Amino acid sequence: MPQTPTTDQRTPGAPLIIAHGLDKRFGAIHAVRGIDLTVRSGEVLGFLGPNGAGKSTTMRMLTGFLEPTAGSVTLDGIALDRDPLGAKRTFGYLPEGAPGYPDMRVEEFLRFIGRARGFTGDALRKAVDVVVDRVNLGAVRRQTIETLSKGFKRRVGLAQALIHNPRILILDEPTDGLDPNQKHEVRELIRHLGSDRSVVLSTHILEEVEAVCTRAVIINRGEIVFDGTPNEMDSRAPRSVDRNRLDHVFRALTTKDTADEASRRVARSLGVAVKEGSR
Amino acid sequence: MNGVTTGAQRVATIFRRELASYFNTPLASVFLVIFLFLSGLFTFNIGGLYDRGQADLRPFFQFLPWLFLFLVPAISMRLWAEERRTGTIELLVTLPFTVVDLVIGKFLAAWAFACVAIILSAPLWFTVAWLGTPDHGVVVASYVASMLMAGAFLAVGGCLSALTKNQVIAFVLCVVACFLLLITGLPAVQDYVAGWSPREVAEALASMSALFHFDSILRGVLDLRDVLYFTSVIVGGLACNALIIQWRKAD
Repeated sequence: MPQTPTTDQRTPGAPLIIAHGLDKRFGAIHAVRGIDLTVRSGEVLGFLGPNGAGKSTTMRMLTGFLEPTAGSVTLDGIALDRDPLGAKRTFGYLPEGAPGYPDMRVEEFLRFIGRARGFTGDALRKAVDVVVDRVNLGAVRRQTIETLSKGFKRRVGLAQALIHNPRILILDEPTDGLDPNQKHEVRELIRHLGSDRSVVLSTHILEEVEAVCTRAVIINRGEIVFDGTPNEMDSRAPRSVDRNRLDHVFRALTTKDTADEASRRVARSLGVAVKEGSR
Repeated sequence: MNGVTTGAQRVATIFRRELASYFNTPLASVFLVIFLFLSGLFTFNIGGLYDRGQADLRPFFQFLPWLFLFLVPAISMRLWAEERRTGTIELLVTLPFTVVDLVIGKFLAAWAFACVAIILSAPLWFTVAWLGTPDHGVVVASYVASMLMAGAFLAVGGCLSALTKNQVIAFVLCVVACFLLLITGLPAVQDYVAGWSPREVAEALASMSALFHFDSILRGVLDLRDVLYFTSVIVGGLACNALIIQWRKAD
């Protein structure tokens, strides 16, 4: 087991992910509202938020699957819109739901991803072997993906993201569907990987943030409402709360508005209603 | 380690995966068996290969476009609709591929598969060559025409498959599109159009028909204009396909 430093002692390195003013509209829906985010080497960033807050949309813009309505993404110094091919080489990505080709065998699938990443011949074989070993896929490497359990499917998704040993990892719910043992293994792996690269992972499990992340970002209605270390997040909870303190902070930030904000919102909604009524 | 790949390598990677997927599933065997069975049925029972007393493959090639009308959309319908349904399109688009790599790689794999099916009909050619002395030049030209037509249908079908995540819709749209490309070349349809429109319109319509150019090559002359027609349908279809994927990656 690798020795991992306690989370807050790490000194962040070079910025590997720089998102500037990321904005996304789907027709009338304003899904992401001008997000600025810089993730440095050595940071494991936990991306939190209620369902529909814009987590997946943001990750899809970071990886170039969705084009932002406004804003820019730079990955390891390469602008995604200027050199998409170059930028895509810098990261490994686990999309939401860990998609894979059902009819392909695990090994065959990883070989395909390896080839796409520029491996050939012996280097390809070695890269597949290393990653199969790393995420414990040895037992299923000759099975087709459709026959795998949810946990194995997720690990295949993780393996394909890791195969080229990227400096940036973007993982949409990497532990979803895993049993407690598998969750533990994957968290250990992510914590180990995070020491010399940038990891962005989205999750619904707040204990995961404490367990693996050096930084927590909470997004609500497309805006960042918290950005700090898990300790800082914890300290936001009132003293009186002695259990599930992060849950408390999360709820406070994503459901309740401050009195001010709430009244402004009411006024805004009334204003809209009046306008619509008068038309 | 980040390997830089050339365009040809990237297309080859997609091509390999796609072609393997035909043979990983029963799709390849079911398709090949049904294609060969139906083409045999048309050639002997309806085309009357033996009864005609002529050593040529015209009965076979004559029915091929109508067989393609249903079988080619069966290949093309899954090209993109399947990727959208399973979500693997997100993987493809975020890997170091360009949209053009994906479109060309997928098309070439589908086309190669269709060409394998066409080539598997060669025993028919050997039989005819054994029974008599067919004009081999005409047969070769007809094979080229068949492959070009399959390619044109696939390019159109791939484009339509990119529009939807529902394979049935992709299939139906492709059958309709290919049907239009065929019937505008039928003499009956041409006569009908000529009955109420200027001759130029009828001729223009015919020259846009795949069947018209196919029949023209079947007569034994591999005319540049006919080849150009099919290649432009293929290139146009692929270009549209790339634009659709570029604009509607995530839908």
